[in-house]
Amino acid sequence: MVTEERVWEALAEIPDPEIPPISIVDLGVVRDVTVSNGTVHVEFTPTFLGCPALEVMRDQMAARIRDLGAEPDVEVVLDDSWSTDRITPEGREKLRASGFAPPAPREAGGPQLVQLQSKAFKCPYCGSTETRLENIFGPTPCRSVRYCDSCRQPFEQFKTI
Amino acid sequence: MSEPKPEQPSNSLLQGGSRADVLLPIADDELILGWRNSEWTGIAPFLEEDVAFSSIAQNEVGHARALYQLVAEELGTTADELAFDRKPEEYRCSPFVELRLVPDWAKTIARHCLYEDADERRIKELLESDDPEVAGLAAKIDREEAYHRIHSRMWFDRLQDVAQFQEALEELRPMVDQRGEHLSEFEQLWEEMTEVRRSVAGATW
Repeated sequence: MVTEERVWEALAEIPDPEIPPISIVDLGVVRDVTVSNGTVHVEFTPTFLGCPALEVMRDQMAARIRDLGAEPDVEVVLDDSWSTDRITPEGREKLRASGFAPPAPREAGGPQLVQLQSKAFKCPYCGSTETRLENIFGPTPCRSVRYCDSCRQPFEQFKTI
Repeated sequence: MSEPKPEQPSNSLLQGGSRADVLLPIADDELILGWRNSEWTGIAPFLEEDVAFSSIAQNEVGHARALYQLVAEELGTTADELAFDRKPEEYRCSPFVELRLVPDWAKTIARHCLYEDADERRIKELLESDDPEVAGLAAKIDREEAYHRIHSRMWFDRLQDVAQFQEALEELRPMVDQRGEHLSEFEQLWEEMTEVRRSVAGATW
C-alpha cells in the first residue's frame, strides 16, 4: 500500500536535472502529495516558467510513482506559490557545497540592481563577500553570474524569486 | 467556448472578458519577441549579452507557454495548438515585436526598454484579475520579469546619451501599442516557427 510518506521519500531521491546534487524535494517544487485509491496526486510548481527541466521533473516523478505500484497524476500548478524561499536548509547547503551560492531571502518590492551590485553575496568557495555581479543572467534562468575578488573565482548565484 | 459570451465582449479580465481575448495578444507577443530575442544567441556584441538575451528569450517563451495553457483550458485545446497550429493572420501579436532587428543593437535595446515598460503595465493589470488562475500566473510572471526590467533599465542608463539610441526610441515608440496588420517579416518567422509542427504531426513543445 502506497503512503504519502513513501511517495515523499521516493520523490526526494529525484535529482534536479540541472543541479543534480539537490533533489526536487529540497528545491521545494513539490507542493503537495495525496494518495487515494492507488492514484498519487502530486502538485508541482515550476521554478521558472521557461525552465526546460520542467518536463524532465514531471516525467521522473511519474516514473517513480509507477515504480511504487501506483498511478501518477502530476498536476503542474502555474501560480505564484514557488519561491526560492521554499528551498530547504539542506538544499541550500547542498547548493553551496556544489559551488552555487544559495539565493538571498525574498524581499518585498522584488530585486533591485543596487542590491544585486552590493557586497551582500557570499562566494560559495571561500566565503568572502568581496564579490561582484558579472551578469544578471546565467546558463539557466534561475542563475546569475558573479565573480569573487578574494579567491578570483567566478561562481553562479541562485536568483531570488 | 463553454461560457456564453456577452454581446460586446469586454476586453478586460477585470470585467469578465474571455481568457482568449485578454491573454492571446500577450502570449503571442511573448512568443514572437522570445523568438526575436533568441536571434541574438551566438552573435550579441558581448558574451554577457549573448547569455542575457538567450535567457530572456527562454523566459518569454516560457511565459507564452503558460499563458497559452490557461487559454487552452478555456478553449478545450492545447498550448501547442495555439502556439503553432494557427494561420499567420490568427496571431494577435503587435508588429512591434515582429520587427527583425538583428544586427541593430541600438534598436534592439530600444525595443527591449519600451517593451518591458509596456509589459510591466499590463502584467500589473492582470494581477488584479478576478480569475484567480490568471492573477496567480501574472504574479509569477511579474517576479521573473523583474530581472528583465533591471536589465533593460541598466541598458537605458548606459545608452541614454547616445543619439542612435534616442533615434531608435523615437522611431519605435509609436509602435508599442499598435495592433493589426502583420509585417511581411512575420510571415517568414511563422514559416520557421511552425515548420516542425507542419512536418511532424503531433510534435510537442
